Amino acid sequence: MEVTRQQLGAGGMKEFRARQLNAQQMLRGELEGPELEKHVEESVLTTTLDRAGRWAAANAMFPATFGLACCAIEMMSIVAARVDVARFGGEAFRASPRQADLLILSGRVSIKMAPVVRRIYDQMIEPRWAIAMGACSSSMGVFNNYAIVPADKFMPVDVHVPGCPPRPEALMHGILKLRAMVLARPDQSWRSRYGGRGTEEFTESELQIEPVGGGTASGA
Amino acid sequence: MPDATGLELIAQDLRGAHGDDAVLGTLFFRDRATLDVQPARVIDVLAFLRERGFGFLASVHGLDYYPEEPRLGVQYELIDMTAVDRITVRLRVPVDAPHVPSVTPDWPTADFQEREVFDMFGVIFDGHPNHRRILMPEDYEGHPQRRDFPIGGEPVVFTYNEKRLEGDGG
Repeated sequence: MEVTRQQLGAGGMKEFRARQLNAQQMLRGELEGPELEKHVEESVLTTTLDRAGRWAAANAMFPATFGLACCAIEMMSIVAARVDVARFGGEAFRASPRQADLLILSGRVSIKMAPVVRRIYDQMIEPRWAIAMGACSSSMGVFNNYAIVPADKFMPVDVHVPGCPPRPEALMHGILKLRAMVLARPDQSWRSRYGGRGTEEFTESELQIEPVGGGTASGA
Repeated sequence: MPDATGLELIAQDLRGAHGDDAVLGTLFFRDRATLDVQPARVIDVLAFLRERGFGFLASVHGLDYYPEEPRLGVQYELIDMTAVDRITVRLRVPVDAPHVPSVTPDWPTADFQEREVFDMFGVIFDGHPNHRRILMPEDYEGHPQRRDFPIGGEPVVFTYNEKRLEGDGG
């Protein structure tokens, strides 16, 4: 969805005033016929619900407040003034995974920490995304030893950001990649890529609610 | 630091107080004073040194001397906070019977450090109140800081080696 800014029509203030009056009339229900059609054409933006939802999700990511190691220091600085993630609506770090939809794995994950990370990921709301930040969580980096496990082994990861640690700009680039991915291809979420259908906490059939007056049960 | 003479005097006093077998030897190297002690007498030795002013147990750490025997070692770093003086107490235990009396009842700071030495080197501290692994998962097998323990890790697929690692399937 593209939003452009442009000058009001040639009439300037006069036309602006005319539009205001039109809007008032429409709210009162007095606008009819071709005038109503013109007003709607000028002032209503149509889109699909899907696209609007994607647009909203991509521009309001809620990362989990979750730092693992040295990369977390770089992660903190993306909310600061220099690379301001608030420009893309991602500055609200949520302290509860229930309120977050983006997990930034900022650092090394030890095999003792892996179940904890996985639980946090499972607790996050859907749709959810994960960024593996830094060498350790994507390829184990210099800690390729008995203690560390790469994130791909135990959870789905959408974007890998290389670096040791990546500069905040690099993480920002990763977030923008993820944002573009969310905007363009919602069906590319991890469930379809990893064949994860049926692992939802609530399946679709469980979410079906019986209509109140629809049942024919009686006599009880 | 106690100088070389001071270290010998401490060792002499220790032998007088706890028998000749308490101290196996001394080492004065690069201004560091070190006492080699019998594993079974470490509690007595540390108590003796505490009365000498070394009231702060700064560190307990493990070592693996593979392939020397006895293989495993434990070092205790003691600091005298008023005289600004430090001394190292070290002991060696064989890998098939790595038992060392725990000093945690006397020095509470040794609690986590002895657990770490157990976790990483497999030295068993008899009398420790909570003798469990501290860093690795509880069901982990082996003691990863031993020198005969494999480093572990696994090959990671990058662009330059993905054909070799993933075969012709990709």
